[in-house]
Amino acid sequence: MKKRIIFLVCFYILLMFPIYWMIVNSLKTENEIFTMTTFFPKEITFANYIEIFTNPIWTDSLINSIIYVCLNVVITLLAAIPGAYAFSRWKFRGSNHLFFWLLTNRMAPAAIFMIPFTELYFTLKLFDTHLGVALAHCLFNIPLAVWILEGFMSAIPKEIDETAFIDGFSFFRFFRKVFFPLIAPGIGVAAFFVFTFSWVEMIIAKTLTGPLAKPMVVTIAVAQQAVEGTRWGLMSALTVVMILPGIFVVYFVRHYLAKGFSLGRV
Amino acid sequence: MKNRAWLFVAPVLLLVALNALVPIMAVINYSLHYSFAGSAPEFAGLNNYIEVFTDPDFLGALRRQFLFSFCVLLVQIPLGILIAMQLPKSGKSVVVCLVLLGIPLLIPHTVVGLLWRIMTVYEVGIISKIFSYVFDYSYRVTQNPVDAVLTIFFLDVWHWTPLVVLLSYAGLVAIPDQFYQAAAIDGASAWKTFRYVTLPKLRAVLIIALLLRFMDSFMIYAEPFIISGGGPGNWNTYLNQYVARKAESYELGYAGAASIAYLYIVVVCCFIFYTIMTNLGKGIKR
Amino acid sequence: MARIALKSIYHSYTFSQKDAEKMSIPDECVGTEGFVVEDLDLLWEDGTANALLGPSGCGKTTILNIISGLLRPTNGTVLFNDKNVTGYMPKERHVAQVFQFPVVYDTMNVYGNLEFPLENRGVSKKDIRRRIETIAEMLDLDDKLKAPIGSLTPAEKQKVSLGRGIVREDTAAILLDEPLTVIDPKEKWGLRRKLREVQKELRITMIYVTHDQHEALTFADHVTVVKEGQLVQTGSPEQLYADPNSPFIGYFIGTPGMNLFDCVLTDAGLQSGNIVIPISEAIRSKLALTHGSSFQFGIRPEFVQISAPRKEKWHPFTVTAIESLGPYKILTLNSNDVEIKSRAPEDMNVSEEDHVWVNFPEDKSRIFHKDVRLV
Repeated sequence: MKKRIIFLVCFYILLMFPIYWMIVNSLKTENEIFTMTTFFPKEITFANYIEIFTNPIWTDSLINSIIYVCLNVVITLLAAIPGAYAFSRWKFRGSNHLFFWLLTNRMAPAAIFMIPFTELYFTLKLFDTHLGVALAHCLFNIPLAVWILEGFMSAIPKEIDETAFIDGFSFFRFFRKVFFPLIAPGIGVAAFFVFTFSWVEMIIAKTLTGPLAKPMVVTIAVAQQAVEGTRWGLMSALTVVMILPGIFVVYFVRHYLAKGFSLGRV
Repeated sequence: MKNRAWLFVAPVLLLVALNALVPIMAVINYSLHYSFAGSAPEFAGLNNYIEVFTDPDFLGALRRQFLFSFCVLLVQIPLGILIAMQLPKSGKSVVVCLVLLGIPLLIPHTVVGLLWRIMTVYEVGIISKIFSYVFDYSYRVTQNPVDAVLTIFFLDVWHWTPLVVLLSYAGLVAIPDQFYQAAAIDGASAWKTFRYVTLPKLRAVLIIALLLRFMDSFMIYAEPFIISGGGPGNWNTYLNQYVARKAESYELGYAGAASIAYLYIVVVCCFIFYTIMTNLGKGIKR
Repeated sequence: MARIALKSIYHSYTFSQKDAEKMSIPDECVGTEGFVVEDLDLLWEDGTANALLGPSGCGKTTILNIISGLLRPTNGTVLFNDKNVTGYMPKERHVAQVFQFPVVYDTMNVYGNLEFPLENRGVSKKDIRRRIETIAEMLDLDDKLKAPIGSLTPAEKQKVSLGRGIVREDTAAILLDEPLTVIDPKEKWGLRRKLREVQKELRITMIYVTHDQHEALTFADHVTVVKEGQLVQTGSPEQLYADPNSPFIGYFIGTPGMNLFDCVLTDAGLQSGNIVIPISEAIRSKLALTHGSSFQFGIRPEFVQISAPRKEKWHPFTVTAIESLGPYKILTLNSNDVEIKSRAPEDMNVSEEDHVWVNFPEDKSRIFHKDVRLV
């Protein structure tokens, strides 16, 4: 028992150290970062954060990121819930192959696909729009969401559906009143992963956006190359800011997450 | 009945097909043509593919890629299971443990790269300082290939082991206690209990963990680029970055062929993993 | 083979054993919340087929886990052949357990499953083979030894988990925790008979836990009824049926259960509503010994005498429901809120709303006071 706790504490220290280090650095002055190794800032400065939240370059791209990620979560779930329901309830011709084909789309290396991708979204008049990025991220997020939700739905006995229909529920009422509450933890888990993968994706987001919808990941990457070696404090602060919305999401769905994970269907 | 099923999967198919089919057709088209900036493309047959598979740089990147993915899986999967087994099964601490595990997953690849770069910058980063103070070793990511490769490796372990932990944990809590009780009554040792009860019951989630980690590690891109620009030399250049470089220099025919080959390799590997894992140990005596 | 005894067992999932030592359980905690098993003394003779019967959530599984050693009781001792094994691990107690659902090792075939407990104990390969062949034949699994576990039916899987228990020659007892729960109704009967056969052949102590009185009565020679973690009655199926020591047993055992209704002692006899049941002097003097005058009257449906024509001194009832069960039918009768069930021959000509006359023969009647049988 003791051993287990020591092991876990060590693991969490290693896991959290880089994040702690980043937070600490973001509160230090540039001078302190370069001249000494301190585990706690000698002189706390919020200058980096003030700059991020007052400079429209950063605020705009942060808002862009949030908009398209949320859009993507909504679109993905709206498509994946009925899709996963079909895969879990009905065996139809080619359903197994279709499932594997869906998964292969997660495996496409992004780089080369970007050229035709750009052309496609130009044609659709969705280039440099939030909707465009949100739709493009469906490529890898829908397969993932279908995969996760299918697991949860298969764990729910078919008899529940049948009983509800015999009781005279219409399909949509059954979905809303009976089925939805049952798979809520699954939707929580799926939403978390979809959010995560859309939030961290860069290659597609970079190619499909211009000045209007440029997301945070891209702005950071550009800034990192431009200010190379000079503004570590600002970079650390940006990293912290990048994590915050995610923590907010995790906090928001924490009970669903815990329940979803403890249902054992991921 | 059948029609309703198709109606339900239609949005999924539509959205994925939109993003997948058109670009893949275009890439296959590129791969079959020579193309030079400013002139009309010329049909090339399979020549681009031949070029790809005889290109030592591509093969080198492919070899490094396999080695990297193999090492990453070899460490992350067992480590993830081990940690998941130590996590509490009930109580207030569960939510805290799970939420903390989720944090690294939420950091974009570029930002992770940046974070580790900040920690490993020569003479400034904390890791390179620790190395120079404690081991009197000058840790130089941009110059020493070993340092560069190890940094990427530990970065990936740090970033993605929590995913394996989360998935394994989900599998572990779903195993009914009775299986452990039966093993205790049968006098099984801790190792045998793990080998014959825990591991088989984790099969389904381990398939997911293994496939996800394989696909994603096989497509590592941003991190080595940010840490050391893929260097020193080609030491930290993995497949995705190599192909992207070719695409950026508008060698579309070559890049297209390499991408299709690359996709095919990933799909085949995943299919093999999937088949092996679903059939492993079924019907075999022990 | 073992004779198993539990001595003043208490168990709580909320108190740890340390807490228990501090506060000397039996005095302070009787009736406290959080105890799933209270003051239990039980004995199972060597080589007998026993049932542990009780409604869901009465602590049966807890008792079973205390016997097998998966749980250490908060207080009390567990004796195997008069040897104190309270602190022993499951492996050291040599008990085997069959669970509600088949617990088998998925990656092994039937032979591997049966071999596992022996191999862990270092039995030689030759002895393992000999032993498995005997057991497989006994369980009708001999042609399935090479089959992967996944290809078996739930009933066969349960046989394999039973087999893992009996394949060891040193097994002291086999505990079965509602083993038929997930079995197809058609196969339940066959598997239960197989269990009984194995018990008879090996003369091994078996404790069969169930909430189904029918399963308990048909399987066991000796039945123990538990309610809310406490012993209610123990005895042979016939004893429990004929002589329930409390209204709970009367109602719980038998289909349908015993008729029970509240009544008060008056000069004329036992009165409930406007029914007065006359009682003999011997009984009256017995009842007078106890304080108070409120009692519960109980009689099994098959002992209730009914007659369509009017009979002197019999009680008038109205038929409210008729349930036909083939050779006989069950009548539900009502008179001023006293509702009873009675067994009538199939050819008896009655229909709903009819009036019938009912008699309660004294020698078949049971009278209870505060959940305890008096007569």
